[in-house]
Amino acid sequence: MKPFDYLRAENTAAACHAGAGRGAAFIAGGTNLLDLMKLEVMAPGKLVDVTRLGLDRIEEEAGGLRIGATVPNSDLAADTRIRRDWPVLSRALLAGASGQLRNKATTGGNLLQRTRCPYFYDTDTPCNKRTPGEGCAALGGETRNHAILGTSEHCIALHPSDMAVALRALDAQVEVQSPEGNRRAYDMDNFYCLPGDTPHIETMLEPGDLVTSVFLPAPKGDRQVYRKVRDRASYAFALVSIAAVIRMEGGRIAHAAIGFGGLAPQPWRDIEVDATLTGTTPSAALFDKVADILLQGAETHGGDDFKIPLVRRLLPAVLEEATA
Amino acid sequence: MQITLTINGADHTLDLDPRVTLLDALRDHLGLTGSRKGCDQGQCGACTVLVNGRRINSCLSLAVMHEGDAITTVEGLSDGALSPLQQAFIEHDGFQCGYCTPGQICSATAMLDELAAGWPSHVSPSLDGPCELTEAELAERMSGNLCRCSCYPGINAAIRDAKGHQA
Repeated sequence: MKPFDYLRAENTAAACHAGAGRGAAFIAGGTNLLDLMKLEVMAPGKLVDVTRLGLDRIEEEAGGLRIGATVPNSDLAADTRIRRDWPVLSRALLAGASGQLRNKATTGGNLLQRTRCPYFYDTDTPCNKRTPGEGCAALGGETRNHAILGTSEHCIALHPSDMAVALRALDAQVEVQSPEGNRRAYDMDNFYCLPGDTPHIETMLEPGDLVTSVFLPAPKGDRQVYRKVRDRASYAFALVSIAAVIRMEGGRIAHAAIGFGGLAPQPWRDIEVDATLTGTTPSAALFDKVADILLQGAETHGGDDFKIPLVRRLLPAVLEEATA
Repeated sequence: MQITLTINGADHTLDLDPRVTLLDALRDHLGLTGSRKGCDQGQCGACTVLVNGRRINSCLSLAVMHEGDAITTVEGLSDGALSPLQQAFIEHDGFQCGYCTPGQICSATAMLDELAAGWPSHVSPSLDGPCELTEAELAERMSGNLCRCSCYPGINAAIRDAKGHQA
C-alpha cells in the first residue's frame, strides 16, 4: 500500500475541505477502498475519515426516511421501518456481501463502490477507468461479469451494488455537501455518469463533495420484489438482479419502477419499461414485451451472452410475482 | 501515529503507520496471533473480530480508525473457562487444521447475537422475524467464513449446540 496521511474529520465542513485537496479520498467502512489500496489500484495521498460526523442516523421525514451516509448496511437492512415499508431495500442489502462486510460497509460507500471488473483490479492490464486512455482489456477478454447496457467502446465495466438497484427503483435521492458548504440532492436517475469516453468519471460528485445522506421517499408501491441470480448461493455479485416496486389498482398496474443490477455501468432503470407497464393489465405477453424494450440496444461480448436469455426469463418471473 | 486501542478490555498505546490494518496491529504489534490472515481481502473471514459487539473483517479496516472502540478477539472470548462456542467446537470436532477456527468462532458469536436480535437474512422467508436457525439460515449467515478443510458439518453442529446453550 502506498503511504498516505490520515485525518479524522471533526465535522462535515472540515471533512469536505480536507476532501477537496489533491489526492484526497474519504473513508468510512473502507471495505472496498482498502482492498483497492492494497492492490495500488487506488493510491490516495490523504484519507479523510468520515465515520465520526454523526451521519449514522436514520430519521423520519415527510413520510420518508433520511438515511445517514455512514449507516452500516446491516443496520439499514434490519431497520424495522425499512423491513415494513421498503422491503425491497432490505432484501437487496441482505443479498449482498457477507455478515462481516455488511457491518462495515456504509450507505454512501455502497453507492460509490467501484466495479469488480477483473481488469480494473489487475494493474498489469490496460484499463481506461483506472488510467484514462490506456485501453480496455475486458474487450476481447473474459467478460462473464460485464455490462451489456449503457457501455461504450472504452469501458464495459458494471456497477456491482445490490442496494443501489433497490434505491433506484424506490426513487431515492443522494444528498451531498460541497466544500463551499452548499447542499444539493441528486435523483438516483441523475447521480451516476455513463462511461462514454470518460469511464474514470462515475458520478456527478466534484472533489470534496461528501455524500451526507440518502433520502428515501414514501413508498409508491406496496408490492416489492428483489431477485438476484449469481454463480453461488451466497456472497457473490449479481449476474443479473431485478428490483421491482409495483402498485396495483383494480387489476391494473398503477405504478411500476423496475431497477436492474448486473447489466450496466450504473444501477439501471428504463423509463420506457416502467411506462409500458403502467396502466396495463399484467400478462405474459406484456412481460415479454418489456423485456424486449429493456434489451433493445443491448451489446454482449461473448462471456456475457447468457445475460440476454437470463433477463428474458428473470424479468417476467419477477413481474409475475410482483403483480400476482 | 500514536493511538490507543482497547482490546479484550485492556488499553494498548501503539505508534503505528496509518497503513497498518487492525489485523496486522493485533498480530504483529500486540502478539495476538489468534486472529488469522487468510486472504487479506475480506473473502475468507479468518481475520474476523468483534468491534463493539459486531463482527468485521479486521484485514479490511485500518487500526487508526478504531480508537475508542471495544475490540474483542478470540483471545478475549474465554474468561478463564472457554465460551460455550469454543467448548462446542471441541466437542463437535469443528476443525481440522484449525486455521479458520478463531474467525469461525468470533463470527458465530456475533451471528447468534444477530439472530437473537431478530435480524433477517437473505434466505429468511419473512423479514418480520424471529428466524429459526435452519441449515439454510446457518449456511447463509456464516457465508463470510470459509473452511478449506471443509469441516462444515462439525462447525454447524457446534454452532447449533452453542445456540441451544444460549437459549
